[in-house]
Amino acid sequence: MNLIVERERGLLELEKRIAELREANAAQSLDLSSEIRALEEKYSQIQREIFGSMTPWQKVHMARHPNRPTASDYIAEFAQFDELHGDRHFRDDHAIVGGFAKLGERAVMVIAQQRGRDTKENLRRNFGMPSPEGYRKVQRLAHLASHLGLPIVTFVDTKGADPGIGSEERAQSEAIAACLYEFTIARVPIVATVIGEGGSGGALALSIADRIIMLEHSYYSVASPEGCAAILWSDASKAEEAAARLKLTAQDLLQFGIADEIVPEPTGGAHRDPAGTISRVLKNISDALGELSSLPAAQLKEARYQKYRRIGAWQTERLETVKTGP
Amino acid sequence: MPDWLPRRRAKNEPAEDAATWSKCPKCSEVLYRRDLAANLWVCPRCGHHFRMSAVDRINITVDGDFKEIGADVLPGDPLEWVDKKKYAAKLAGDREKSQLSEAVICGIGKIGGFETAIGVMDFHFRGGTMGTVVGERIAMLLERARDLRLPCVIFTASGGARMEEGMLALMQLAKTTAAVARYREDGNFLVTVLTDPTTGGVSASFAFQADVIAAEPKAMIGFAGRRVIEQTIRQKLPDQFQTAEFLLEKGHIDMVVPRADLKAMLTRLLDYAAAGRSRTAAS
Repeated sequence: MNLIVERERGLLELEKRIAELREANAAQSLDLSSEIRALEEKYSQIQREIFGSMTPWQKVHMARHPNRPTASDYIAEFAQFDELHGDRHFRDDHAIVGGFAKLGERAVMVIAQQRGRDTKENLRRNFGMPSPEGYRKVQRLAHLASHLGLPIVTFVDTKGADPGIGSEERAQSEAIAACLYEFTIARVPIVATVIGEGGSGGALALSIADRIIMLEHSYYSVASPEGCAAILWSDASKAEEAAARLKLTAQDLLQFGIADEIVPEPTGGAHRDPAGTISRVLKNISDALGELSSLPAAQLKEARYQKYRRIGAWQTERLETVKTGP
Repeated sequence: MPDWLPRRRAKNEPAEDAATWSKCPKCSEVLYRRDLAANLWVCPRCGHHFRMSAVDRINITVDGDFKEIGADVLPGDPLEWVDKKKYAAKLAGDREKSQLSEAVICGIGKIGGFETAIGVMDFHFRGGTMGTVVGERIAMLLERARDLRLPCVIFTASGGARMEEGMLALMQLAKTTAAVARYREDGNFLVTVLTDPTTGGVSASFAFQADVIAAEPKAMIGFAGRRVIEQTIRQKLPDQFQTAEFLLEKGHIDMVVPRADLKAMLTRLLDYAAAGRSRTAAS
């Protein structure tokens, strides 16, 4: 069960009652405005309590909220979109959506991970977990974008790469490794936005970028909190603790210098105001592309190289065991 | 033996008797360690390839001396990580146990007469997981190899990205990829030798970005771990699944090479690359 869905249930009921009262207030000559005001105050108080300071684990659940806007909701707000299908080898993976698009006036290549909005769509989209053929589609479109000189805009939203038998048989590792490589050598600006879940290597395959934008309540992690808990604690119920330790929130990643900017969400999460959230995100993407598109390809690639070359934390002192001589 | 090896080992040579015998995990044969070492850590009875230490690997692969790169790059604890144990304590334990400062040794040495940049991962240190130091040392190796225009051979052995370093570990996939790309786009030659096991973040980055990919017999190679897949599909996987031989049949790797033949094969590969390069230089 999604923690956020559970917590917002009371709020939604309260919302309904306020709406009913408002209707009654308008229809009849009865003055209910003081009751309405009281309820509204209560509503915003509860809202602050629930969403005022969310824990990393709550943010993970927010990122997985079933009503959270998905990639195609963002793509629908582009001025134009013409989908391109398939990896040219095996099949069209519906967990990846991509194609030519116009963001405002600007022509781009958009590539996104697409989860389903209901069970039926989730089955078709494999819950947003791409298979090797999906990553080969990503690689193909990124290559095409670089070839044509079109900037690449990606939307990241996946629990991770598909871990099934077929994916292993068709070289999931190679498919992801090839995406990383293609994004690294691309001669065009790349802007990646993490809109929901950023699950490990499966997310990284779409997010080697010149600019990484994260939604306020999205997360990006080396492993899922559940997977990490199962491996390091041998206890899947430690997922909440793992989520806190992994430093996976947008705010953590901004501090590490991995994320470049955070787009705020409305109180209660992106799904409470999809249109507003989406237009803010698209504006940030446009602005980033505006800044990046003036840079020559060589400079862009050099800056991208240096950015990833620098990331990490290590020390350089000599240990006893590697010292020379007796 | 290259003269750097005794230096590395002098401090904590295990007591002879404590480490005299080893049991083959495949056929349970009890083996005298000296015989096992003489047979390149391959079981003389069933042919099982034992997981090797990086130091031993360098010793059986490199002709003479080996100049280490990045030995002074050492792990930090950026997340101040604690699970059942502290990350710092795990690192200390692994240092003690493996006599290594991290999960990879990088450097320059000769293989069959060819000067080569060499990286060797060691599963005995944090399961060969890639944290910042592994990524940094691999990137330093590739940058040096690019400057010197040397071929590069990397032996992989890894459980994936190191969770104790969180996203900084995941970003090492990006860092090593950047280094591989820059190295290869300059016309250089990268060979990876996948040893048991090579999974997760390492297989999804430099392991599968090489020009030639070799693997040792029966090495377990894949993206997702066996346990994860079995949990996902709720059935047991066949024994052959994700072995080097399975990958060869599926077309994912170039060759499966028994350890006894590996040095000769690497030498031949380096020879082909050198021949191609001298032609390029002549034109």
